[in-house]
Formats: sequence, structure tokens, C-alpha cells
Amino acid sequence: MRVWLFALLLLAALAPVPAHAVRPDEVLPDPALEARTRDIGKELRCLVCRNQSVDDSDADLAHDIRALVRQRLTAGDSNAQVIAYIRSRYGDYVLLKPPFQLDTWLLWGGPAVILLLGIGGIGRYLRRQARKAAAPPLSDDERQRLAQMLDDKAEP
Amino acid sequence: MRRWLYLLPVAVFALMAAGFYIGLSRDPEVLPSPLIDEPAPQFDLPPLPGSNKGLSTADLKGGVSLVNVFASWCVPCREEHKALSAFAALKRVPVYGIDYKDKPKAAADWLTELGNPYTQIGADDGQVGIAWGVYGVPETFLVDGAGRIRYKHVGPLSQADIDKTILPLIARFGQ
Repeated sequence: MRVWLFALLLLAALAPVPAHAVRPDEVLPDPALEARTRDIGKELRCLVCRNQSVDDSDADLAHDIRALVRQRLTAGDSNAQVIAYIRSRYGDYVLLKPPFQLDTWLLWGGPAVILLLGIGGIGRYLRRQARKAAAPPLSDDERQRLAQMLDDKAEP
Repeated sequence: MRRWLYLLPVAVFALMAAGFYIGLSRDPEVLPSPLIDEPAPQFDLPPLPGSNKGLSTADLKGGVSLVNVFASWCVPCREEHKALSAFAALKRVPVYGIDYKDKPKAAADWLTELGNPYTQIGADDGQVGIAWGVYGVPETFLVDGAGRIRYKHVGPLSQADIDKTILPLIARFGQ
């Protein structure tokens, strides 16, 4: 019995616990606002570590941005307003998901363009193969010869 | 048959090479700021100990100025300090300081040790830095007489940066 309990405890200790960048003392008392803070943080890039979100990052700047987000949400801003403000300070690069606009159409449209080119290419190839496979119609001369052969065969 | 089609891979390669050449020669540490040509953010910062004047948006109006974001904990700030001091000594335009996320005592000691090139300094806990789009100190902004940000430099200022970029910009926006 005691062995089992020990094994269970050991297993519990080994269970992966996600490390949180969010410090316990910065969390808002209102869980709904806090959840929105976390959502916004996941969409913003931490500009110090670049490939981490503000929600994930332990950098001081990320901490300050989270504090700003909390302060703005508490003041009554919508999620979009908060993100728009931070974007107005740091530019499009702060958004982890690039917006669809004039200078990013190639990024978003590129895969579709390549897919269409591929489909077009395959279509052309298949059509050409089909044309090759279809035998050309018989000429009058050939038809006559064929009829003759068939006639020869019909006679015993 | 369709000889030109054989040139297609070469053309695609040339296009990609050109794209990579432009893309890879950019410094990835420097991000374009959306604040260029925009009015400087509204702020009002308290002074460091030993001074009675902080820094606020109103101070930036009335003439071209340089706003330098620094901190005593920032190693590259030490590196640019000499060039910045030499520039301030020219007395062309005021050099304002934003002491970013620093301990007031440490900042005051740092300035005593190295010398203080700043006309006025405001102490920021980090929120004004965000308003300016600061992501790594040192950063330097050139603000024109109407209080608009005209140029941003990320990283330590060198003497060459001042001679080749900052001084011509001051001449341009100096009217």
C-alpha cells in the first residue's frame, strides 16, 4: 500500500507542469478580464524575444505590455482597441498573425496561386496525354482497306 | 518547341536571388517604426533625484530636439555615451533623456560617473517607453519643432551616425 502511494506521488511529481510567464501578482481579480488579457497576449509578439508571444514571454517588455493591456481592459477598451493601440506603437510586426493587406497579399495569396498553377499544369498535361491516346480517325483510303479485309474474312 | 520555357528556371532563380539579396541585407534587429512623422506620444515623466525638472510632451515643442532612451543597466548606452555627449556639447539642439526602467539612484550614479549630456531627463517605469514603441534601449528619436517624430535610431549612436544622419536631419527640419 505504501509503495503504491509512493509510486503515485512520484508519478505526480513527474507530470509536466506548464511554466507560466504570467506572474501571480500581475493577474487581475476579474477572471473574464484576465482571460481577455491572455487572449490578447497570445496575438502579440514579444519584441525582445521575437518568436514568443507576449503571453508566453518572461521578458520585462512583455510584462509591461501585459500590464498595459490589463489597464486598458479595466478602463473599458475592447480587445480590438487594445491591439490597435499596441500596433500603432510597434507596427504590424507586433502582430503574430500578419494582417491581409497590400504588402502581404503575396504571403497570404502565394499558396493559392501556387495551387492554381499546379492544377493548371496537371490539367494541361492530362489533356495532352488524352489527345495522344485517342487514335486519329481513319482516312477514306484506310476505311476502304479495312472494309476489304473484313470482306475477305467474311468469305470462307 | 518553346525554347523560352527553358529560361523559366533561370528567371525564377534570378527573381528569388534578388528578393533574398534585398531581404537578407536588412538588419533584422531594426524594426520599422509606425511613429515616424506622427506626433510624439503624450507623456509627463517625473525627474530623477537631484533635479526638479522631469520631461513631458510640452518640452518637445518649439524646436528640433533629440530624445534618447537610455538606462544605467544598458551596456550599449555606455558605448554611445561619448558620441552623445560630444553631440550635446555642440549645443545644436537639446538632448532629452528618458531613463527607461531604471532605479533612480543607479541612474543618478551613472550620470555622475560618465557625465550628464541631457538637458532634461524623465524617469519612466516602462509605460511611456511602450507609447514611444521602445523595444530595446538605447533608442534615439529626432523630434521636429512641431513635436513630430521624424527619425528613429535603434541601438547605440556612433559618431558616424551623428555626422551622417542626425546632423543633416537637424539641418533639414531646423527651420
